[in-house]
Amino acid sequence: MMGSENPGFEESHLFASREEMENLVLDDPLTTTTTTATNNNNSYSSFRSAKSSISDAATRHPLSPPVLSTPAESDPLLSPPVFRNPNASDNNSYIEPPSYADVIFSPFDDNSANEINRVDSSSHDLDSSLTLSRSSSSTSDYIKITVSNPKKEQETTNSLVPGGNTYYTYLITTRTNIADFGSSEFSVRRRFRDVVTLSDRLAESYRGYFIPPRPDKNVVESQVMQKQEFVEHRRVALEKYLRRLAEHPVIRQSDELKVFLQVEGRLPLSMSTDVASRMLDGAVKLPKQLFGESTAVVAPHEVVQPAKGGRDLLRLFKELRQSVANDWGGSKPPVVEEDKVFLEKKEWIHDLEQQISNASQQAESLVKAQQDMGETMGELGLAFIKLIKFENEEAMYNSQRVRAADMKCLATAAVKASRFYRELNAQTVKHLDTLHEYLGLMLAVHGAFSDRSSALLTVQTLLSELSTLHARAEKLEAASSKIFGGDKSRIHKIEELKETIRVTEDAKNVAIREYERIKENNKCELERLDKERRVDFLNMLKGFVVNQVGYAEKISDVWAKVAEETSGYAKDSC
Amino acid sequence: MEQQRSTSESSQSPRSPPSQRYLSVSVSDPVKLGNGVQGYISYRVITKTNFPEYQGSEKIVIRRYSDFVWLRDRLFDKYKGIFVPPLPEKSAVEKFRFSAEFIETRRQALDVFVNRIASHNELQQSEDLRTFLQADEESMERLRSQETGIFKKKPADLMQMFKDVQSKVSDVVLGKEKPLEESNPEYEKLKHYVFELENHLTEAQKHAYRLLKRHRELGQSLSGFGKAAKLLGACEGQALGKAFDELGAKSETLSIKLQKEAHQLLMNFEEPVKDYVRAVQSIKVTIGERANAFRHQCELAETMKLKEINLDKLMLTRSDRVGEAEQEYKELKAESEEVTRRFETIVRRMNEEIVRFQEQKTQDMRIAFHEFAKGQARLAKSIADAWRSLLPKLEACSDTS
Repeated sequence: MMGSENPGFEESHLFASREEMENLVLDDPLTTTTTTATNNNNSYSSFRSAKSSISDAATRHPLSPPVLSTPAESDPLLSPPVFRNPNASDNNSYIEPPSYADVIFSPFDDNSANEINRVDSSSHDLDSSLTLSRSSSSTSDYIKITVSNPKKEQETTNSLVPGGNTYYTYLITTRTNIADFGSSEFSVRRRFRDVVTLSDRLAESYRGYFIPPRPDKNVVESQVMQKQEFVEHRRVALEKYLRRLAEHPVIRQSDELKVFLQVEGRLPLSMSTDVASRMLDGAVKLPKQLFGESTAVVAPHEVVQPAKGGRDLLRLFKELRQSVANDWGGSKPPVVEEDKVFLEKKEWIHDLEQQISNASQQAESLVKAQQDMGETMGELGLAFIKLIKFENEEAMYNSQRVRAADMKCLATAAVKASRFYRELNAQTVKHLDTLHEYLGLMLAVHGAFSDRSSALLTVQTLLSELSTLHARAEKLEAASSKIFGGDKSRIHKIEELKETIRVTEDAKNVAIREYERIKENNKCELERLDKERRVDFLNMLKGFVVNQVGYAEKISDVWAKVAEETSGYAKDSC
Repeated sequence: MEQQRSTSESSQSPRSPPSQRYLSVSVSDPVKLGNGVQGYISYRVITKTNFPEYQGSEKIVIRRYSDFVWLRDRLFDKYKGIFVPPLPEKSAVEKFRFSAEFIETRRQALDVFVNRIASHNELQQSEDLRTFLQADEESMERLRSQETGIFKKKPADLMQMFKDVQSKVSDVVLGKEKPLEESNPEYEKLKHYVFELENHLTEAQKHAYRLLKRHRELGQSLSGFGKAAKLLGACEGQALGKAFDELGAKSETLSIKLQKEAHQLLMNFEEPVKDYVRAVQSIKVTIGERANAFRHQCELAETMKLKEINLDKLMLTRSDRVGEAEQEYKELKAESEEVTRRFETIVRRMNEEIVRFQEQKTQDMRIAFHEFAKGQARLAKSIADAWRSLLPKLEACSDTS
């Protein structure tokens, strides 16, 4: 490297080139992907990739080493005693007083004991502490899910093209101490299609609940993105999704989830979600319904599901007619959403969603600005490092050497500060990510509310149907009473009608029960949302603030030292 | 403490200890005058001095940018070899806009300019400086418009000098005669140093400017974030809502601090670095002057040699043109001596100047670094303090909720 003959200059292996400078910075494992990802100017994608790189690090190193301890060779500019020795007395002055750290990094977590003095513990710790702070019981039951090891596999059935149709599977490993699972650690291989199935089945079984939305199918991205990148992106998304499911107090106990996590092989599909059968059902039924051969009635067991395309064409038509009548018809529908509290809450949720969305956007801008600050600070340091080398090589006067020494102070500090900004930002991303999470949750809320309204619509439709049927029955009876002895066919019709009415009554009762059930689910979930959101947001704020304080202090100390060292010749105006 | 002195008094009273000579100048109170394209800024230049050559111990005049340019050009011309302090750029576009930032950085740069001249041993004796500091506005205007006529070719000359200094390679390649150049290895080293230094400093200045922009951007994003947090707080209500609200307020406070620091960075760090760049550019001009003087000297030496040969020839043939030739030769010799003297003055001055320059810059940079570091430390500390003050309130929220 550059062997400088200048004796006063210890770090003779200082870097001359930008590439070397970037290597210096990039040696930090946590910031590697962050830095490369932010070379594109899209702030959101840099935010997302910053997030994904962090969860990467967390997955790969569950007891991830603290960000500060970079290997010695890569970090000549950071003098050893200050940063790598956690026992150095200096170190504690940079970090928050333990009381604050304790609050955020929960003592329940066995990792945090080692990391209590470090502001930047892994997201893994933060997750578990968040989960713990939310649970009402203080028991430590947990479900830890990891998604890993994507593998390419061949489609074995129905391939028209031999050797065609490949897909990826992911290894889903679960570690739990919940007795219901029957085992404490197990794995399955699943493909994305299974996840869609799981999501659909949960949607059916848990109407009214805030079910975390599953990852998008991303059909376009899967074609456009590089395969490896896309697979990785999906792996991360799947892991997030499954972890959220495991956090939901009701869904984590569901059979669907259990089967998904434990039972190898193709996920069993119920009739209602099998696309092919659904189409067949619908196609078969419709002629009967239209030509009056079937009872043209919605069977009780069907009303517990919303009308879906294909299968329930007739029901769909009826409910559509009802909803139009609701909106445009003059008369009030037989049952309305009367719960004022709910309606107010619904509006408030809408407002909340807007504010969270706004805050989330501003958070992204903030992250980008912090990022840029760190980058430019580093570039400034590098420019001065080059100057130092230049002045020392060509020095003809002592004043040059003095100046070079001053520059070294500044450049070293600038590089350190730059590093701090990047670390600060990595942490900021983790904390403010909570806002993004809740935006995702809003989708689940919308889903639950629409479960409610579709259930209500079903009830309204059935009630309209009933009143129509009753009216028809009355007319028939009135007509037949005029004719003594009665028309055999007419009597038969009345009998049939009475039967239809009975079945429809049953359906109506089931529908009403379903509606009430969903209302109750909504209510519970809203309460849970309120409680958890308060805790989560408060933790987010605390984490964000603690983080800012910690790094601001570190940065301040770095510059205070430089100010001291350059205080000779200082201007009088201080 | 000022000493009241009338112009007729002798420079020193017999028994009192010799007072230290001082000449201090300030450039202040920028005022926009004129309209539209004709618009310009005038500055108040206040001189305080005990130099006997000056009329009185205090004088206030009004000057504009082109007056400063006049002064610099005169000094360049009269004091070849001295690194005349640099002026801020002309910048026609910015002048039109006259932003507050532009006005202040220019004022500061002009102030530094005059003071450097005033504290330079040789330059402070300059008559042109005295004129600049004392003449009334009318006279100044007359002088200013006069000089632009004579000095019109100056820019062309300067360009030529640059071209000469940098085109030596192309000349050799084109097979021209090797250009007349000093074969002084130390001077070569200096020239190389100066040219390289400008590149490095320009890059540093670029990043310094970017850094202050980043401060502004961070301030803006904090402001936006703060507003969003407040709105979210209003929606949330209760303890959590209050927490968001406080966070938002703090964010907005810090945004203001960041904007302030950006301004400090501009005035106390970026401008000094820019000034350093300008100073190096000024040295380049001096290098050009020296090359010119050297070439002139060489040319005359050549001519003299030829004349000498011719004279000898004439003397041998006892031509009646000898007297004439002798006279010519004498004149040429005098001129040559003058040119040589000028060249040697430039060399001497440059040698002194370079030492002074290096020391001056070390001082200037140390101050700039100090201010920079102080500013950063102060900013970071106030950020830490501001956020820290929030923590007990956040604690209180979690206790109540």
